[in-house]
Amino acid sequence: MAFLCLPVNTNKMPQKIKQLHKHLVTSVSEIADNYFILSFTRKFKFKPGQVVAIALDKSHEPRLYSIASSNTANEMRILFDIKQEGFLTPKLAKLKAGDSIMVTEPFGEFIPSNSEEWWIATGTGIAPFVSMIESGIKPPKKLIYGARYLDQFLFQDLMLSKIGNNYMRFCTQEKADNIFNERLSAWIERQDTLPKQIKYYLCGNPEMVVDVRDLILAKGVPFENIMAEIYF
Amino acid sequence: MSKQALFGKTLNEIKDICKELGMPAFVAKQLADWLYKKKVSEFDSMVNISKKNRAILSEQYIIGLTNYNKVQESVDGTKKYLFTTVSNQFIEAAYIPSENRKTLCVSSQVGCKMGCLFCMTGKQGFQKNLTTGEILNQMVSIPETDELTNLVYMGMGEPMDNIEEVMKSLEIITSDWGFAWSPRRINVSTIGVIPAMRKFIEESEAHLAISLHSPYNEQRKELMPIENVYPIEQVMDTLKEYDFGRQRRISFEYIMFDGVNDSPEHAKELVRLMSGVNARINLIKFHPIPDTPLTGSSDVIMERFKEVLEQKKVITTIRKSRGEDIYAACGLLSTKKMLEKNQDKDY
Ligand SMILES: Cc1cc2nc3c(=O)[nH]c(=O)nc-3n(C[C@H](O)[C@H](O)[C@H](O)COP(=O)(O)OP(=O)(O)OC[C@H]3O[C@@H](n4cnc5c(N)ncnc54)[C@H](O)[C@@H]3O)c2cc1C
Repeated sequence: MAFLCLPVNTNKMPQKIKQLHKHLVTSVSEIADNYFILSFTRKFKFKPGQVVAIALDKSHEPRLYSIASSNTANEMRILFDIKQEGFLTPKLAKLKAGDSIMVTEPFGEFIPSNSEEWWIATGTGIAPFVSMIESGIKPPKKLIYGARYLDQFLFQDLMLSKIGNNYMRFCTQEKADNIFNERLSAWIERQDTLPKQIKYYLCGNPEMVVDVRDLILAKGVPFENIMAEIYF
Repeated sequence: MSKQALFGKTLNEIKDICKELGMPAFVAKQLADWLYKKKVSEFDSMVNISKKNRAILSEQYIIGLTNYNKVQESVDGTKKYLFTTVSNQFIEAAYIPSENRKTLCVSSQVGCKMGCLFCMTGKQGFQKNLTTGEILNQMVSIPETDELTNLVYMGMGEPMDNIEEVMKSLEIITSDWGFAWSPRRINVSTIGVIPAMRKFIEESEAHLAISLHSPYNEQRKELMPIENVYPIEQVMDTLKEYDFGRQRRISFEYIMFDGVNDSPEHAKELVRLMSGVNARINLIKFHPIPDTPLTGSSDVIMERFKEVLEQKKVITTIRKSRGEDIYAACGLLSTKKMLEKNQDKDY
């Protein structure tokens, strides 16, 4: 099919399309089975909670990643897991220090409010909260984090040190002290009431976000108080 | 290995297949003709292709058309067809006849990842992207296939989240060697996934419908998580970069929620947001779904909203509800039929 609809003014394009900028990889490390941290030089300011789009070159559609580092650090970090049939993540995992990647300027509006907050995440959905904590944002009233296995509580040392007892871990497949051996959704469901005036920040895969949002709504939390970041 | 489907391959893909199987180049065109013009369901019907070549084809390929499993008919003539995909998941297509149009609303994914607060499809999670063949099958495997005048990609799924297959389906529908439809009979909807939307705008001539639902960022974020990463102003800015010509239509879909997005202020803000974009707006009545905190605006409020928009010269229609008695809001029927949910969850 021919290219039919062309931009009115091509001079305008560069500002509108998110530009990819070359960044230098500083490290790639596997922090748990199949979970990786990719670090690269930071070129832009950002607000904790924002994302960047990343690609290896300009010929492929970039993928989005939450920034998982402090907004004052020299390096920017993202947290990812390898999707077996995915295009980008298997390649990201093989990068070495000194390689280059293409990254956009940070963007996105999943940013902290001025209210009290509960944060709820699974898997790599912890990433924006890592950035918030490391950037010195006021810790949440609760951080509820779910995983299948004990080694999947990513950044737990950081969260334990900054959030203490309000950091609640839910493990569905293994048991350990101080970790709930159940689904976080089961725990939420059991609560008679949930605070209604605070903001709920949900981040992670679509199914988790939608199911947990429904649970919270069913407990009478107004939808206006629920912020969702979906890793589609 | 299971055999691949031929139905849903573009002419170029068919040419590659023919080459690989050692067939003369002209066979590709003949195949496309049988698949997309004559819509046959067996290789044996392809009588101008040699017996030998038909045998080679059927060794490695199937045609890949599947019948619907179930149909529900509304008192107003709307029909909802339920199909099963190869991986045993359910999708639906809604046939919506009116006096001068026979529209089919097709699905592009099984489930959806976008998590809009008001949408039933999102509640079943995301299962998979439909293949081009599975998208087109909805069009050709219903009894009304030859009567269809319009096609809308407004069923289950976000078309721009499956852009490659959606673009291929549009190529097959609009090419001379395919269904040879005018792209002006097709409307593709999106919540505004900007990168894929650009591809659609640049490489297709079909109409574009954007789900807007609130002109205010903060509120749109509450209704549609996509707003976090692709805010509606950026969607508008992107639209303004292109010349859509006189024939190609952009429309905004606006579901009206009681006391949420139906005030005159919302209407005025909407006008402001839309300025510079030549588009019409469709106001849609919301039919409450289980577990949503939202209810639909009354007819009176919708009329009032429409008046504000029309005073500002925005072409506005209130979309008639169709098939209410069979839950025609896409997504419901298949959700009910959904397979047992995966128990190995991390939440
Ligand atoms: C706002 C936002 C923030 C995000 N933040 C993060 C983050 O912080 N960390 C993170 O890890 N991810 C994040 N994501 C997800 C990320 O953008 C990518 O989608 C993800 O990393 C997978 O990329 P990929 O290229 O490896 O997989 P893709 O190639 O995009 O594939 C995605 C999925 O589809 C499947 N798939 C691919 N091709 C096929 C095929 N032909 N048939 C069937 N299935 C197929 C893959 O198995 C995979 O599961 C975010 C997404 C969004 C929208």
